[in-house]
Amino acid sequence: MKKVYTRPKLLKEAHFHYCLGCGHGIINRLIMEVIEEMNLQEKAICVAPAGCGMLLYNYFEIDVLESAHGRGAAVATGIKRASPQNLVFSYQGDGDLAAIGTAEGFHAANRGENITIIFVNNGVYGMTGGQMAPTTLLTQVTTTTPAGRDALIAGHPVRICEVFAVLDGTSYLERVAVNKPSAVIKTKKAIAKAFQRQLDGRGFSLVEILSPCPTNWKMGAIEACQWVDEVMSKQFPLGVVKEVAC
Amino acid sequence: MKRLMSGNAALGEAAFLSGCTCYFGYPITPQNELTEYMAKRMVEAGRVFIQSESEIAAINMVLGASVTGARAMTSSSGPGMSLKQEGISYLAADELPAVIVDMVRGGPGMGNISPAQSDYLQATRGGGHGDYKTIVLAPGSVQELTEVVPLAFDLADKYRNPVIILGDGMLGQMMEPVSFDDLKPPAEYEKDYTLTGAKGRPARKMHSLLFDTKLLEEHNWKLSRKFQRIEQNEVKYETYLTDDADMIVVAYGIGARIVKGAIKRLRQENLKVGMIRPITLWPFPAKVLQEMAKTVNDFFVFEMSAGQMVEDVKLSLEGKGHIHFYGRPGGVIPTPVELFRIISRHYYQAHALKRKK
Repeated sequence: MKKVYTRPKLLKEAHFHYCLGCGHGIINRLIMEVIEEMNLQEKAICVAPAGCGMLLYNYFEIDVLESAHGRGAAVATGIKRASPQNLVFSYQGDGDLAAIGTAEGFHAANRGENITIIFVNNGVYGMTGGQMAPTTLLTQVTTTTPAGRDALIAGHPVRICEVFAVLDGTSYLERVAVNKPSAVIKTKKAIAKAFQRQLDGRGFSLVEILSPCPTNWKMGAIEACQWVDEVMSKQFPLGVVKEVAC
Repeated sequence: MKRLMSGNAALGEAAFLSGCTCYFGYPITPQNELTEYMAKRMVEAGRVFIQSESEIAAINMVLGASVTGARAMTSSSGPGMSLKQEGISYLAADELPAVIVDMVRGGPGMGNISPAQSDYLQATRGGGHGDYKTIVLAPGSVQELTEVVPLAFDLADKYRNPVIILGDGMLGQMMEPVSFDDLKPPAEYEKDYTLTGAKGRPARKMHSLLFDTKLLEEHNWKLSRKFQRIEQNEVKYETYLTDDADMIVVAYGIGARIVKGAIKRLRQENLKVGMIRPITLWPFPAKVLQEMAKTVNDFFVFEMSAGQMVEDVKLSLEGKGHIHFYGRPGGVIPTPVELFRIISRHYYQAHALKRKK
């Protein structure tokens, strides 16, 4: 019988600490699948964030460095410039990249650093208990927007791909999701493409992944997956936002 | 061969010759000449130079470069140093080597851009969050930078710890003849902790997150033992006319240089004043001061601040001796004549008190 699915060897045999229905586990696995399939284990260095993704090093069988909250793109820049032969990527959440680390991400993108950012957008601060993130939708209820996000008080959801797209230094920006099998397949392709472009020396790439957070959205897992399609992706349209040909 | 160079430029050249392969900086006065020197020198030699978007980014780039095994450096001054403290705490936690230059200016807040010694406590007490220390070196001349800079890179690698070179606006800006002929690049250390991709070895992880309180406490004590070793082995200081002195001035960096001028005048009037100049501010030369206190009663602390190192002198003397203090904060640079007047007044008062006893 043909084996169609197995745990990637680079994904450690540990239990994920992620909540039920969380997208991080899928994204972690996809990254390890891609690195394994592209045979990049000996080259890859991951910069882990502060937030739900911070324990990546317990799951990834590749070199991983923890970064301070929001500084992933600057740390990745330091690694890549010092050691250009490595595949360097940071894994960052929406609070990490779109709030406290905006300057680091923006300027790494603007310099056209030959790194990749895997940007997990679940619209909340997950690890700290579901506070408003820069990407929280208007009217969305969080612990710090109990009456729903009000633009007058808390501003508007940030679309990182579109913001970065106007920077001449960016090379490849795509927004994908992990809420259904077809979306997962697209996400895997996007990650592989971003890594390949980095290997080809094409400069800054970012894959934004819409990821369900049932716990903090106060939804069931299936409802959360549907919400990504029906509500979240209206604010954050899926697809390639920018791809520089050469 | 001697060249006329500013302290900032000489520091850059010394770092280059010490094998610094990655420099990350952000403009702030009075250290700009260092960043500008590196912009040319590093790029021409094919080494890494980035003008970062902030001091926070610069120190995190240093962290990234250091984790690959590179000799990495950044530089700044007061307000920028405050921003770097987050990254310095992570460097200390991850036990990563790095050299950080602080050309101190007047503070707090925006302060001014004149020479000051007001970052002493920030530098010597860790500066960021958590239990840690940074090694702090305080050069007193442009020439001495050529000794201190390779030492800084060496100590950083030897102890896997951030090292701060604490200068000031005057040291950075003034030009002096300097020779690099005797500069010996520090040894290359075997680094078994670097992240370079899991080639021919298991994957590595580097993190300071230790949820388990027992593990973090263990890590804290491990760091603490390292700091004790540094205290035992790496204290550096200079003494000046201390053998017959009955008053010892404690001063560092450019402040000590002004004091030397004052002491020359004091000696002309037969006042027996000497000086100890700590070169390592942490570890502080506490034992030497304790030894001196066996024969000397009066210690005169001079700083270009409202009084910071004086705390270390008090801690070192543990209640022995009498401590005099004179400070000029705000970026004010006193003249040797001013210090001569103040020190001699304290000297005569101390002698009058002795006679009363």
